Amino acid sequence: MMDKGLALQARGVRMSYVDPQSGDRLLAIERIDMDIAEGEFVSIVGPSGCGKSTFLKIINGLLPTSEGEIAIAQPAHGRDHAMVFQDSALFPWYSVLNNVAYGLVCQGVKKKLAQQRAMPFIEMVGLKGFESKYPYQLSGGMQQRANLARALTVDPEILLMDEPFAALDAQTRELMQAELLRIWRQANKTVLFITHQIDEAIFLSDRVVVMSARPGRILADIPIDIPRPRDLEVKRTPRFVELADEIWRLVSGQLSGIPTAAQVG
Amino acid sequence: MVTTSRKAPTPEYSNRVSKLLHSERFLLGAVGVIGFLLIWEAAARAGAINVQFFASPTMIAQAGIIEVQTPAFWEDAMVSAWEFFAGFSIAIILGVPIGLMAGWFVKLNYALDPWLNFFNALPRVALLPVLVILFGLGIQSKIAVVFLGAFFSVIIPTVQGVRTVDRRFLDVATSFRASKRLLFTSVVGLATVPFIVTGLRLGMARGLIGVVTGELYAATEGLGVMIRRASENRQGDRMLFGVLLFTFAGIIGVEIIRAVERRFQKWRPEGFRR
Repeated sequence: MMDKGLALQARGVRMSYVDPQSGDRLLAIERIDMDIAEGEFVSIVGPSGCGKSTFLKIINGLLPTSEGEIAIAQPAHGRDHAMVFQDSALFPWYSVLNNVAYGLVCQGVKKKLAQQRAMPFIEMVGLKGFESKYPYQLSGGMQQRANLARALTVDPEILLMDEPFAALDAQTRELMQAELLRIWRQANKTVLFITHQIDEAIFLSDRVVVMSARPGRILADIPIDIPRPRDLEVKRTPRFVELADEIWRLVSGQLSGIPTAAQVG
Repeated sequence: MVTTSRKAPTPEYSNRVSKLLHSERFLLGAVGVIGFLLIWEAAARAGAINVQFFASPTMIAQAGIIEVQTPAFWEDAMVSAWEFFAGFSIAIILGVPIGLMAGWFVKLNYALDPWLNFFNALPRVALLPVLVILFGLGIQSKIAVVFLGAFFSVIIPTVQGVRTVDRRFLDVATSFRASKRLLFTSVVGLATVPFIVTGLRLGMARGLIGVVTGELYAATEGLGVMIRRASENRQGDRMLFGVLLFTFAGIIGVEIIRAVERRFQKWRPEGFRR
């Protein structure tokens, strides 16, 4: 049974799979235990291939666990969780409106009604006026806005975000980070955010969870005590830099072959 | 006040440029076609081409004018058109759904694959003698050869299209818990449309080849028969008129498929439309 006030509780999650090429059993995630409170913004950082995206896909039901349990709070209305995909993954054959309405259509909502209910979220992410555009007509940042709106439309308790800004240029990325915080406050959601950008994780989150190199396990769980609301200026404060340093040391300790700060110094 | 020396082209300006380019392309194309016809006509009149074997453009036009006034011509044309549409339609009605299924269900694909490869490698018109024995000299054997020509051209790209649907899109549908049916209609079917259109284009060409070859080889009516008779009677002008008709049929077919493509592929960026 799950503790009260939690949105998600993961206990002893372990994930291994058989590599189709070699036939070997590979361990992707050694063990993850994690609690996320309702309304909390938690980021997971870690080296590439550490299993952070795999963990997100397990929560989303796209991949099975080998061991362990994940409990998710069941909301009175809406879905328990929805995924904001990497590289947007918008259907190129649907307009923005139909892409954003897709989650509702999947729930069996009639197309017309789904489109009506999608409109406020298109507005929320700042895409009003672009409803009838196709994905190829949008910039990368706008595609990610639509991607976010698609997940918000099903009213999920937890937003699962899989490196959603990884493909964006530095300026668009910063803008989208600020936008995400605005939308997070407005929509009042719990967010589990995967990234490999340490400053992005700190800027957005209440807590940053650092994962080890494969097989993944949790190295540290660092509360971010920078007051909200935060603007982009916060990235230049001493406390921010201090936290970034601490996390960077943890992550870089996991990268073999790359000299750590201590070795370079 | 700051001024810049270079002005961005106004919409009217760029519009005029594109119009000029467009009309230039059209004009040069027209000059090429008309020029060639004039040289051909002049060569025929000067005796450089033996019009007994190869008629001049004006002779073909005259033969055509006479031809379209005879009821027998229209009967032939209707027979050819019917053979094509019947064969091509059956190819689409069977090829697209079976292709979607075979792409989706791996085991069905494994079972069908050797046969698809076998028939794709086989020049289907080589089956004409067999088809004539099976179905006779009437339109059935021609419908069969059109079907065989088009079916494999339609089904093979369709299977390919389903098998190459982007994993990410399937994940999105699964993530939002789309039903199997919705997964098929919203993702697999739509992602495969460009492949199906490619199949239709290939199939149409193969189908037309089927009509011509079938009628030239063994038939009692149809435009192919008209071409064959004209050739046997040394009516070069009438023969070439028949050949031209098949060319026009091909051009019209390509245009129809283009229209289908535009309708179903608004979502593709212009440069990627074929």
